[in-house]
Formats: sequence, C-alpha cells, structure tokens
Amino acid sequence: MRRNQRLLISAAALTAAFVAAAAGDPAIDAGKSNIIATFRQENVPVDAPLKKFNGRIDYNAAQPNAAKAALEVDTGSLDLGSSDYNSEVRKKEWLDSGTYPKASFISTSVKPGAPGHFAATGTLTLKGKTQTLTVPVTVAAAGTAMVFDGAFEISRAYFGIGSKDWEGEVDDKVKVRFHLIE
Amino acid sequence: MQSSRAYTRTAVALHWFIALLITCGFTLGATMTDLHMSPKKLRLYSYHKWIGITVLGLVLIRLLWRLRHRPPPDEPMPRWQSIAAHATHWLLYLLMIATPIVGWLYSSASGYPVVYLKLWQLPDLVSKNKVLADVLVQVHATLAWTLFCVVLLHAAAALKHHFYDRDATLRRMFAWNRP
Repeated sequence: MRRNQRLLISAAALTAAFVAAAAGDPAIDAGKSNIIATFRQENVPVDAPLKKFNGRIDYNAAQPNAAKAALEVDTGSLDLGSSDYNSEVRKKEWLDSGTYPKASFISTSVKPGAPGHFAATGTLTLKGKTQTLTVPVTVAAAGTAMVFDGAFEISRAYFGIGSKDWEGEVDDKVKVRFHLIE
Repeated sequence: MQSSRAYTRTAVALHWFIALLITCGFTLGATMTDLHMSPKKLRLYSYHKWIGITVLGLVLIRLLWRLRHRPPPDEPMPRWQSIAAHATHWLLYLLMIATPIVGWLYSSASGYPVVYLKLWQLPDLVSKNKVLADVLVQVHATLAWTLFCVVLLHAAAALKHHFYDRDATLRRMFAWNRP
C-alpha cells in the first residue's frame, strides 16, 4: 500500500515536472478555460465544473503529429453546486480526494484529422487507475490564443467511483467536456 | 356561452385534481429540504418538480377551459363576500402559475434542470447562477407559503358557505351531472 502510494506520488511529481517544464512557454489559462463533468442522476444531467487544473498543450498546426498534451486536475475541486454533495463526492467511495488529490491526462500520440481536428490518445489516471483514451479535439485560433474543445466519456465503475447507496441512481457514464484556452 | 348553475365536469375534475397535487407538492416541498443528502432526497425533489409542472400545465388548461365555460354565478351573498371570493380565486390562479414558474427558474439557476417524469428535459429558463438561485429559492418558498394561506382561506370560506350559510357553493363543486 505504502509502496503504491509512493509510486503514485512520484507519478504525480513527474506529471507536475512535465507540466512545470513549460515554464516560459504558454500554459493553459485556467481562468478562461473550463473542464466540466456531467453526471446523470435519474436522467437529470448535472454539470459539475472542475475548478482547479493546470497543464499545457503543445500544438503546431504545421506539425499536428508532434502535438503533446499534459493536464492535471484537482479532484477536490469538483463542484456539484452544494456543499453536501461536494463533501460526499470527495469521500473514499467516490473520488477519494484525500488519497488521490490529482487526476491527469498525458497524451501518447496525436492523430491529425480534418483541418482543425485531431484525435489525442493518452493515459487518463484517476483514483489510482489508468485508462487509455482517445479524445477527439477541435482546435481553433482566437487572436494569439489557441482554443481546444473536446469531450469524452468515462465509466465510474472502471475507476471504482461511487457508493452502493447511489447505485442505479447515478449513471455509470460520466461525460467530461473541456474548453481549454492557451 | 351559456350560463349555468353548475360547473362542468372538466372544471370539477381539474379543481380537485389540482387541489390534490398542490397538497402533495406543498407537503413535499416543506419537508424535503430538511432531509439529509441521499438518493431519496434527490428523488423527492424530482417528484416535487414534476408535481409543480403538472399544476402549471393543468392551471393553464383550466384557464383556457374557463374562457369557454363560464363558472356558475355566485350564490346569493353580501357584495363584499362576492368580491373577496373572486379576488381570492384570481390570486389563486396567479400563485398557481407563479409558484411553479419560479421553482423552475430556481432549478435552472441552481444547475439541476427539470426532467419531467424522467423523460423530458425542460429548457433552462436562466443559466446557472448561485446568487440568483439563492434569491429564487426564497421567492419560491414565499410564494408557496402564500399559496398555502390563500388555499386555507378559500377552503375555510367554502366550509363557511356549506355549514353556516347552508348554500350550494361547496356542493356544486362536487356535482357530477353536467358534461
């Protein structure tokens, strides 16, 4: 257990180092960007923004294959709109933000599509588990900034997120959409 | 448009069905907010919202129906009572429309949209806004409690007509003999 935790901490440190390596380079402007997880409870979609995250996307339209992305999110910053639900979702059965304060996505390959589109494949690490994801992304220039939009879906069960009481109440699938400005 | 001494069956059915829904919706609303967070609490909120939207829809139908089917004239009573009765009725209509609409606004502002009967997601009337939501929930509660008081007044007046004046005011709201 201790070993696992240490591994995790070093993984987090590596991510942080990768993110920090961007010093001087453009990084995602968290103030203008947003990452929103949408839960469905009894068919009611509830948007929950993740308020703290950082990272960078290296993207050059001339060389889209060489694009790279690394993002890190504070799991404790998920905001369901009420303090009751926020403290519930940070508990052990859910995100366990005490043990796993960060979630990350690090790209491994990027496949360009139509102009302004690419598919980023990478590793999502959440609650100590990893999953390889391919995320369709659109990119657009807005003045000097770059804007990246995309969405993907994850399974709560896969990451072991959710308690028995809420089984069947909250959909297994959680949609995550992002709007990142760099 | 004919004037009759009776309500139509549609009007009678709507009256009692809406009365039942308001009773359930109000009781739920007044108790559910104090519950601890649980799946049950969220479900009760959903039922409360469905009841409110149903009341809103039925009241609009009631008003449309009323345009073509006049309610019977008042039983003989002092003029001030007649004025008070009609004022109460229109206040009821106003509150039966405003309370669910403000509830719907509150749902939108707090980021929990209304999905009617778990099937149809109603459009958000405003975008998510915590400050606005905090105000709207107060307005919603005030309207609901006002509605509660006006309903009590309305019921008390009906009982007074029935037991004290011994006229047909209440009886005719039970009459089931006219289409």
